[in-house]
Amino acid sequence: MNNKPIISCRNLSVHFPIGGGLFERKQFVRAVNNVNLSIPKGSFFGLVGESGSGKTTLGRAFLRAVPITQGEIHYSDGEKNYDLVDLPKKELKEYRKRAQLIFQDPYAALSPRMTVRDIIAEPLEVMNLTSSREETDEKVREIAHKCRLNLEHLRRFPHAFSGGQRQRISIARSLVSSPRFVVADESVAALDVSIQADVLNLLKSLQNELGSTYLFISHDLSVVAHICDMVAVMYLGQLIEVAPTRQLFAAPRHPYTKALLLSIPNLDPDYQNNAKKLEGEIPSPTNPPSGCKFHTRCPHVVEHCRAVEPILEHPELEHDVACHRWQELINVDTISVASTT
Amino acid sequence: MTLLTVENLTLEFDTDEGRITAVNNISFEVNSGEVLGIVGESGSGKSVTAKSVMQLNPSNCIYSENTKILLEVEGKSIDVLALKGGKELQTVRGGSVSMIFQEPMASFAPAITIGHQMVEQLLVHKNISKADAIKISIEMLDKVGISDAEKRFKQYAFELSGGMRQRAMIAMALSTNPKLLIADEPTTALDVTIQAQVLDLMKDLVAEYNMGIIFITHDLGVIAQTADRVAVMYLGELVEQGTVRQVLKNPSHPYTRGLINALPKLDDLDAPLTPIPGDIPSPLERPRGCVFHTRCTLVEPRCSESIPKMAPHGEGHTAACFVTAEKVGVL
Amino acid sequence: MKILFWKKTPSKNQQQLKEAYFTASQGQLIRSRFKKNRTAKIAAWVLTLMILSGFFADFLSPYSPNIAGRDKQYENGPPQFPIFWDENGFSARPFLYTTERYRSIETNFRWVLTDNRDKRRYLELWVDDWEYSYIDVSWDLPGKWFDVDIKMLTSTKHLFGMNEGGIHLFGTDKTGKDIYSRTLHAIYTSLAVGTLGVLIAFVLALVIGGISGYFGGWIDSVLQMFTDAIRTVPPIPLFMAFAAFMPDTWSSETRFFFIASILGLVGWPTLARRIRTHLLTERSQEYVLAAELCGAKPSHVIRRHLLPSFTSYIIVDLMITFPYVVRSETALSFIGLGLTDPVNSLGALMRNVSKADVLLNYQWYFIPVIFFIAFVLAFVFVGDGLRDAADPYSQTKK
Repeated sequence: MNNKPIISCRNLSVHFPIGGGLFERKQFVRAVNNVNLSIPKGSFFGLVGESGSGKTTLGRAFLRAVPITQGEIHYSDGEKNYDLVDLPKKELKEYRKRAQLIFQDPYAALSPRMTVRDIIAEPLEVMNLTSSREETDEKVREIAHKCRLNLEHLRRFPHAFSGGQRQRISIARSLVSSPRFVVADESVAALDVSIQADVLNLLKSLQNELGSTYLFISHDLSVVAHICDMVAVMYLGQLIEVAPTRQLFAAPRHPYTKALLLSIPNLDPDYQNNAKKLEGEIPSPTNPPSGCKFHTRCPHVVEHCRAVEPILEHPELEHDVACHRWQELINVDTISVASTT
Repeated sequence: MTLLTVENLTLEFDTDEGRITAVNNISFEVNSGEVLGIVGESGSGKSVTAKSVMQLNPSNCIYSENTKILLEVEGKSIDVLALKGGKELQTVRGGSVSMIFQEPMASFAPAITIGHQMVEQLLVHKNISKADAIKISIEMLDKVGISDAEKRFKQYAFELSGGMRQRAMIAMALSTNPKLLIADEPTTALDVTIQAQVLDLMKDLVAEYNMGIIFITHDLGVIAQTADRVAVMYLGELVEQGTVRQVLKNPSHPYTRGLINALPKLDDLDAPLTPIPGDIPSPLERPRGCVFHTRCTLVEPRCSESIPKMAPHGEGHTAACFVTAEKVGVL
Repeated sequence: MKILFWKKTPSKNQQQLKEAYFTASQGQLIRSRFKKNRTAKIAAWVLTLMILSGFFADFLSPYSPNIAGRDKQYENGPPQFPIFWDENGFSARPFLYTTERYRSIETNFRWVLTDNRDKRRYLELWVDDWEYSYIDVSWDLPGKWFDVDIKMLTSTKHLFGMNEGGIHLFGTDKTGKDIYSRTLHAIYTSLAVGTLGVLIAFVLALVIGGISGYFGGWIDSVLQMFTDAIRTVPPIPLFMAFAAFMPDTWSSETRFFFIASILGLVGWPTLARRIRTHLLTERSQEYVLAAELCGAKPSHVIRRHLLPSFTSYIIVDLMITFPYVVRSETALSFIGLGLTDPVNSLGALMRNVSKADVLLNYQWYFIPVIFFIAFVLAFVFVGDGLRDAADPYSQTKK
């Protein structure tokens, strides 16, 4: 990926206050902590992590859908540049025309009181992108056709559709304004396996057609391995590894990434996986461990890990990792899961 | 030894929109020391099948006359569907058969400590003193890998993390020494690293207690690593059955093949993701004949006319498809 | 699929039915679900009937319910029901016997009524009798400025009457006033009080609950504290205090407004809380977030998303609140603190029932009680039916 990043963040932190009424002291959920990330233009960028990793929050931070505690985010698509953290309202509205979100839950994301046509047309009307009803209808029909929804579907209400169809309607709605940057937040997690593949293929083909950049958030590594060009792994609000997909799966560097790959149940019943499974629980985001956040569960922890936090320090490198000992552990706990073509 | 025999299970629900067939004429067996995986997507009827074993379905469900669910308990064969009333069902529910669910918060009452619930369950099913029940419960909590078991015993469900709650639920289910454990999507809501831990735990427990487990899931990878035999369900029909090796390495039903092809596999990142064409039909519009024919790539005219019977594809490996039955051995 | 819409006949084929289901808006779905609930449907018919009879009370009553229409000849008289046939022969026109009264020695010279079975009086339909107006507003409120006096749509037609003498379907009370007429007018009064009370409560609840629910945060906390404070005031002592405060010099209209206002002012907190909850739920829906992420203005979000969903809940809430207000007013009037005789109110009518004399001798005074119970129950069942029908999410999830 030689492209300039379409969106990048520096020292980004999103902390949510919880509790703290009149008599309690406020605690903070450190959902995203000091993250540096650049997403190349035109890529299909994967962001993986388990619960508490902060991946959803990071995705939403890019869209300014959550309040930002600290840091900077820059957006630059060749036509417009925005400094997202202190963006004035008017420019924020402009930015929203170029960046959109695809929701996870196809049942909650569609208003049951609007017809499919109205749901898909809503962004166009809100953003004033079209000047007449005919133009709106034309655009709606275009994107509906791309998402394989027929004309008669447009007159129906969401209760008439299955999960997979609803997700396609949701995608159509997000893409009708032709955004340059799309955040797909667990967009296939709620779908059946046979439908997942369908929706994933649709997303990929739409990306090719419209030339947009996708940030694909998921907890499912196998899915990410198949459709993303680059992958970033998060743990407890921290970015711990970033690499092109093939490289990450062929030669993961961070112990957490290795453990994650080992935990995926293999479809081959004869496959023997004798490596030790990862122990322990994910710590609470309100009270994260000191030093390296992963040290409480890392099988290779040393004193240095508890004291000093490793950071992703070489963004110019293709494969960056936040671990003090990654070079020593380069051949430990790896299984060859990907062909390195 | 056969623990559970299900024959010709047919289940219909009486709803506002008419009679819906949830399960159509399925038969399977579970033996002790064996994990039977039931795989299916939404609408396949897998949960409803599992609940039938404990008569947990709502009152508007209707079993057909030929349905037989036989449970072997202490040498006797019990017809589960003939049991009526709370007292009789107690032997089955929580006694010789235990169930764990997808959402562990749903199993534990939020306002009572975990320990209290476990003890309560033990006292209902076993004739022991309260002190003994407490001792056994703490031992179980320890056995499932919960550190500081005595402390956790006195905690409430919301104080534990997702993985620990699931383990506590397993502990509670196993404390009465059931012969059969039904696990309905037990790891679907868990993170993948925690899922790996819980699956390992379940395999160890099967070996130790010689239980039979019915493991219901939509995740074929989990089945491959955990189950010994697998039954594939689609829209209430059993379409393929066999050992895990047979079904996953030699899938003999177009639906099973479609499922496997649709899965992203880590060892071949270049392979395209091939979805199964079409959508799962709504249960109100069951296709006639073979229930999968509307989405099948091998469909022939006879598929819409009659329901295919289970045809053999190997020792103990059967699949319900006209077309593949004739081309045995050809993928 | 057995969902039928009133415009489609049952013989349409399956495909069209399914398409109808797919293109049915939320409103239509709610209506069809409501129709499937038999209790609710029957209750809805009963309710409609009662509301119509309340509105057309003047037309349906042969006598004015006030002192003007009393029948001096028939005080404390039992109900009279027209018959078609007796030992003297059949008559196509329904008739009643002439009643005569005399002072009987057996009852210590009190009036006793007897029927003269030979003299018949016939029932007539569509008679001309006392005058009334559909819009007759003559409010005598405190202060000359507020007095209103409008009379429109006057008519003298009534549904039925007798060619001579009186017909009292539910009997009469001790001053000779026709209980049937009074009941019908009382239903109208209860409806009026209920509507006004609910309206006042609704406006207050909408403003306070709406602001609370839409903005959230500290505004919500402060307003909720205020709402809870109002709710903790015990209603009965409050009513008694207000009722005692009402001077006797006030006209019945003023009393009417006053009672309705108090009921509204006491009833708004519960409604406000419900409105706030609905708003808070709707605000956190993902499709609202989707609209906001497109840059939608608050007015768009409110108009397109919050109001439509909210409307169906609010109609249900109003339907459920209405019987409470009617019941409160009736209860107040029953204990003498609300609208008292001679105003026609169900409570005032029921007040007359509470004497031993009545219980033993004049049981027909109880008939308004049946009407009251039917009225409240009908509202409750319709409200329940609407609430069940308006719950859209349970059916559609896989």
